[in-house]
Amino acid sequence: MIDILLSLLILTGAIFTFIGSLGLARLRDFYTRLHGPTKATTLGVGCLLIASAVFFSVREEGVSLHEVLVTLFLFITAPVSAHLLAKAALHLKVKSLVPTPAPDTDPPADRPN
Amino acid sequence: MKRLLPHPLLTITLAILWLLLVNQLTAGHVVLGALLGWLIPFATSSFWPERIRIRHPLTLLRFLGVFIIDIVRGSFLVAWLILRGPRHLRPVFVEVPLVLETDLAISLLANTISLTPGTVSAKLSADKRTLIVHTIDTGDAAALVAEIKQRYEAPLKKIFEQEE
Repeated sequence: MIDILLSLLILTGAIFTFIGSLGLARLRDFYTRLHGPTKATTLGVGCLLIASAVFFSVREEGVSLHEVLVTLFLFITAPVSAHLLAKAALHLKVKSLVPTPAPDTDPPADRPN
Repeated sequence: MKRLLPHPLLTITLAILWLLLVNQLTAGHVVLGALLGWLIPFATSSFWPERIRIRHPLTLLRFLGVFIIDIVRGSFLVAWLILRGPRHLRPVFVEVPLVLETDLAISLLANTISLTPGTVSAKLSADKRTLIVHTIDTGDAAALVAEIKQRYEAPLKKIFEQEE
């Protein structure tokens, strides 16, 4: 029973991760490509981590909670890297399918974010 | 009290993080975790200019619930959009005017936006009054801005910035 559940979780995770990567190859401009890895992959990795937590909690003594940390760090870092990639792309005026917002004239002494 | 324990929430979080890292609940590790939680805020105090206070714990819980549902919803939506093909996408940049003022609340809002359906925060204007958001597919940009403001910004404002 638990094996079926685990297989389903791993399969779902793998599918979502695959679709996320497919997005990188299929979508047409840099900004839309950003969406694949930040979203679909998040749920994909989430499913894999739940499977891992369940597996190690069942097979070994005690609960395995490392996965909670992995999830937490992933949820903190994934959006930050996406934001920085997008910001860098806007700064470099990467080609976009839609009009990009007007670059505001940041003073060079802008406070570091 | 305030000088000895500048960031009580951070202390608790760090202690719990330590216990999760070692993955065992023994007295020794509880003490070590508490010690780390007490010392690290001093070492990193320049990163924490404001004292963080959570004013409405229930709103925070509800916000987390909405957040998790939206991550799942967003993942399915984006997966579907990718499979359906890039020709049908209607990407657009929108500007979200912010009412949030503190750095923490703004970064949380930006992170939330990036993790939820079809939106990635792309840039914060220099005066911190507008957040530029890229969305992968929308028919109505104004409705999207309204949704972000009502669904994520309002609770964050209430949790981190509202005065009693």
